[in-house]
Amino acid sequence: MSSVQTQSVQTGRIARTFIYLFLLLMALFYLLPFFIMVVNSVKPLSEITGGNMMALPEVFTIEPWLAAWSTAQVGVEPTGLRPYFWNSIKMVVPAVAISTVLGAINGYILTKWRFKYDTILFGLMLFSCFIPFQIVLIPMARILGILGLSGSTYGLILVHVVYGIGFSTLYFRNYYAAFPTELVRAAQIDGAGFFQIFYRILMPSSGPITVVCVIWQFTNIWNDFLFGASFASGSGAPMTVALNNLVQSSTGVKEYNVHFAGAILAALPTLLVYIVAGRYFVRGLMAGSVKG
Amino acid sequence: MYHASKSDFKTRLQTWLPKLVLSPSLAMVLIFVYGFILFTVYLSFTDSRILPSYGWVGWENYNKLWRLSHWEISLKNLGIYASLYIAICTAIGLTLAIFLDQKIRGEGILRPIYLYPMALSFIVTGTAWKWFLDPGIGLEHTMHLWGWESFEFGWIKDRNLAIYTLVLAAVWQSSGFVMAMFLAGLRGIDSEIMKAAQIDGASNWNLYRRIVIPLLRPAFLSAFVILAHLAIKSYDLVIALTGGGPGRATELPATFMYSYTFTRNQMGIGASSAVIMLMTIAAIMVPYLYAELREKK
Repeated sequence: MSSVQTQSVQTGRIARTFIYLFLLLMALFYLLPFFIMVVNSVKPLSEITGGNMMALPEVFTIEPWLAAWSTAQVGVEPTGLRPYFWNSIKMVVPAVAISTVLGAINGYILTKWRFKYDTILFGLMLFSCFIPFQIVLIPMARILGILGLSGSTYGLILVHVVYGIGFSTLYFRNYYAAFPTELVRAAQIDGAGFFQIFYRILMPSSGPITVVCVIWQFTNIWNDFLFGASFASGSGAPMTVALNNLVQSSTGVKEYNVHFAGAILAALPTLLVYIVAGRYFVRGLMAGSVKG
Repeated sequence: MYHASKSDFKTRLQTWLPKLVLSPSLAMVLIFVYGFILFTVYLSFTDSRILPSYGWVGWENYNKLWRLSHWEISLKNLGIYASLYIAICTAIGLTLAIFLDQKIRGEGILRPIYLYPMALSFIVTGTAWKWFLDPGIGLEHTMHLWGWESFEFGWIKDRNLAIYTLVLAAVWQSSGFVMAMFLAGLRGIDSEIMKAAQIDGASNWNLYRRIVIPLLRPAFLSAFVILAHLAIKSYDLVIALTGGGPGRATELPATFMYSYTFTRNQMGIGASSAVIMLMTIAAIMVPYLYAELREKK
């Protein structure tokens, strides 16, 4: 979103006040749920059930955070969310890396080595981004079972790579489409091969789109719940599934403060990425919606 | 690309290499997406229960599906949820974008605030809102403590209103994204057009209604397509916010499919509901993607 010099519309004083008021109210609306989560995650439980959710904590405690991380009951084991956090990391890192590399190479081929029906092939890949994943759940469960991967992180890596290729290919294809093909042709005439052209000519200028792609895949895969819940609900579960188990567990007193700390822990990685590289996150969103 | 005379091994390898390198990805997509779709379509015509089984039953699952009140409720809920979700997200997104485009001080702070929920998992969103909407400890309770004793906000526990809490949380999550799409559209409008209209004496209202909003048509279309497909796929949010309840008040096709396939052991019916979800999304996405890919040629 580059802020190009735009023609400003003249607005009167009252209109401007109204606009600011509206914008601030909406900001409040977006911030409120998260603010409440944060505030209540550092309160003792008695202050939540007996007190006001908007109030700042009277007694500040990090006990809920420690509990959410290492001792809370998740499913049947009192392990906290820690092992599941690592499950998610172990799933996200390879899945993002593999799908990004494949997407880059696919994008390169689909733009610089055009062949018959390449647009149709790309269309098939692109449509795969938007299918309701319910349509692949049953066969995927079978295949993972046959491969001996059900319930494991490896199974989830496979799933996320397969269903992430469409988007990563889309990003790199759109990006490389704007890359001057003459440079590629010139390198060919100089005798550079397929991989050489990719390494020497396209890769060095692929920084921004790689960041966009990595952020998008990371956010999507980290936040996935459906695949995690379907294929790895036990000790191999990712963070989102574990958080849901923690929150929905019906045994004992509902420890809201622990739930909130857990929810923030689950949100933290993607939120950090967003804060650090929000610009790229937005670009990824846009490229995923407005093709080209 | 190459001199025909130079058809030694290396050159031939170079012409085949791109296709060779592309083929693993392509094979994965063909098997895991399209092969699986065909498999699920096939299952929807079989007597599969707990496990896939291959006894052909024709349209029986579909007939059963359409007679199930559970499915009917899911579809009706999706209708309410999707239309409100799309309409409200578009309205809020457009308003925010137009307002933000008025040379607002602090735009750089406001914009990320509107957009950050998009980075969160629906499970996190659901957890936060579930609690916020809970009459016992959330908003209602707080209002009571603040002295507004008669304040009532128990939608999440009300069969008739729970579906709207789903809309609320989903709008919270995605409206910032729609704002970003419209803002990009607004920033792409040629400022000469705006200037000309202003010189002609068009009021702000007319300027936006007659000129700017029609120019944003591509953004409207993209927003609609993205939101519609997100709505049809909505699963996580329901699970985290209401679990489909109270009763079946917030069941959607995605939760229906999951429970029939994996907990009620009616895989045939589950598969047929997945097929209908796919068809609905395809009806929206295929023309859109087709047009997008054509345009670029």
